[in-house]
Amino acid sequence: MDLTYTPEEEEFRARLRAWLAGALPALPPRPSPGDWPARRAYDLGWQRRLYDAGYAGLHWPVDAGGQGATPTQHLIYLEETEKAGAPYVGANFVGLLHAGPTIASEGDAGQRARWLPPVLRGEEVWCQGFSEPGAGSDLAALRTRAWRDGDDYVVSGSKIWTSHAEVADWCELLVRTDPDAPRHRGITWLAMPMDAPGITVRPLRTLAGSTEFAEVFLDEVRVPVTHRVGAENDGWRVTMVTLSYERGTAFVGEVVACRRVLAEVAREARKNGRWDDAVLRRRLGRLNAEFRALWRLTQWNVGEAQRTGGVPGVGGSVFKLRYSHARQELYDAAAEVLGPESLDPGREWTLDRLSSLSYTIAAGTSQIQRNIVAERILGLPRGR
Amino acid sequence: MDFQLGPDQKALRQGVRELLEGRFGRDALRAAADRAETPGEHVLDRTLWRELGAAGFFALRLPEAAGGVGQGLPEAVLAFEEAGRVLLPGPLIATHLAAGTVPGAATGETVVTAAGPGLVEWLDESDVVHGDTTGAEPLAVLDPLTPLHRLPAAPDRPPTDTRHTLLVSLLTAAEQLGSAARTCETAVQHARTREQFGRPIGAFQAVQHLCAGMLVRVELARAAVYAAAVTADPTDVAAARLLADEAAVRGARDCLQVHGGMGFTWESDIHLHLKRAWIRTHRAGGGTQSEEALADDLVVGPA
Repeated sequence: MDLTYTPEEEEFRARLRAWLAGALPALPPRPSPGDWPARRAYDLGWQRRLYDAGYAGLHWPVDAGGQGATPTQHLIYLEETEKAGAPYVGANFVGLLHAGPTIASEGDAGQRARWLPPVLRGEEVWCQGFSEPGAGSDLAALRTRAWRDGDDYVVSGSKIWTSHAEVADWCELLVRTDPDAPRHRGITWLAMPMDAPGITVRPLRTLAGSTEFAEVFLDEVRVPVTHRVGAENDGWRVTMVTLSYERGTAFVGEVVACRRVLAEVAREARKNGRWDDAVLRRRLGRLNAEFRALWRLTQWNVGEAQRTGGVPGVGGSVFKLRYSHARQELYDAAAEVLGPESLDPGREWTLDRLSSLSYTIAAGTSQIQRNIVAERILGLPRGR
Repeated sequence: MDFQLGPDQKALRQGVRELLEGRFGRDALRAAADRAETPGEHVLDRTLWRELGAAGFFALRLPEAAGGVGQGLPEAVLAFEEAGRVLLPGPLIATHLAAGTVPGAATGETVVTAAGPGLVEWLDESDVVHGDTTGAEPLAVLDPLTPLHRLPAAPDRPPTDTRHTLLVSLLTAAEQLGSAARTCETAVQHARTREQFGRPIGAFQAVQHLCAGMLVRVELARAAVYAAAVTADPTDVAAARLLADEAAVRGARDCLQVHGGMGFTWESDIHLHLKRAWIRTHRAGGGTQSEEALADDLVVGPA
């Protein structure tokens, strides 16, 4: 068991830090959350800088255009970029963390050449067309239909909770191609261009007031058969590849961010006198234990991924369960420190408190994660 | 960075597990608990204590030149985790920490205990006692396998050795982790086999979610305890202790719940895990001190 970084890893960290120190002051001001076109431009601009500096697709394999970094280097990258206050992956989230790795792993040579470089260069944005009104955590219940018509699939149905749909160029779309097959067997993974005729995007307003995601209506949208990744009706397996990425390292930077916020909350409490409340002070101490341990668990999972050469698998459910609840407790404690000021939606911590409510739902609810832990890790019988 | 068990560490853990399960399995645990209920009976198994000494349990961290095994804190944590799994009784930590300074401690010939804040474990059955135990009064205690004395409040008691307190806290966390892992496995095993309403109870989501919660607490505590063993950093130890205490206490409670009425009986081992876990939460300042240390770290430590 070793928690020290190798000289090569420390050198990587130092180089990255130096580059961030030069690159970040040159960034334009952050756009307002409601201005999607500006957010897209900002996020893509940052991605382009990463690309030019050789940090694009750090953990992607080299033959997919990435840097082939080790899991530890990726961990260092996520830690340092967050500490330096670099932009969040933002609009590039689906392309870099979901669709890209899925195409890299399951796509053919032509598909890799067509779709991967624009993601890495910050030229194209992807969104995720998985969830439907009747198929959220029960993803295999999806009903959006696709049928063959010559060289195209014709797609009809609707998707929901689609982040970045308003400004996306492509959608990683799950469709049902065989309605008679068992429900996990008749699904296909398609790359759908978002400018195709028949697509309507309707933004959804969240409880935080912003439009983070949208409903997407599909009315006989034509998608070329060459846009299918993996075999027809094999989309469930392809999707599991995607989800293992989503539940794996996606939260690493956020743990670093939570540790920073917790320290800020403690400083605020010292400033406004709430620190003298022993109950509150000890609650902050316990949260410190929580986020330190989550960071150690991250390092443990990265150590495992490094040894096995794999991506973090369902073990990510253990992490996600605890992290998503701890994040909500952090912002509850922040509100306690702020007192009535915490009711002002203009406060950063208040908005973060509201957005933290999505973490126990998105990417599989806590209840579904517990089922995964119970059945796939602990080997309990399948139930309902 | 390679934060995973090495081959030697895995072998050590396996070796200790086999030794303890062979020598202090369930029957031995129950026999010891029964013996403890008979007045005047000695509970501490001196033969077992010497066998642990011969296997290097107490001398694990002594340099080889001094007759020890020459291992570090991570290895000690793995050994104490195994002790926690089987609820091995006795002042294990105090004797381990006395190896090299108290003659006979390393070999298990001498049983050593130490006064903690307010309490001392195994006072009557120990050969050597560290710390001031003046005015110690026996305390009737829940766990038949942890005799306790209460110490009078002594505000002018000299401050305890902080390094010693740190190690007691870390090794206690390791024991809690082992107990938590065992109760999680016990609950899962029961949920797989016990049938109600015509199916294993583990197929019911309510039971599945209890078990999943247990595993999440164990895995988080494990990462924290192992990391604290590697860094020996006081804040890391405080964090490890809080999470391991939580994993052990809540794990035993949830294991009891999964067992239903059977879990509430004396024959079940689960109450022994819960009672021992409760006692361990009182060692070396307990949770309050850990929380305060972690709060201090937030304002003095790096942002």
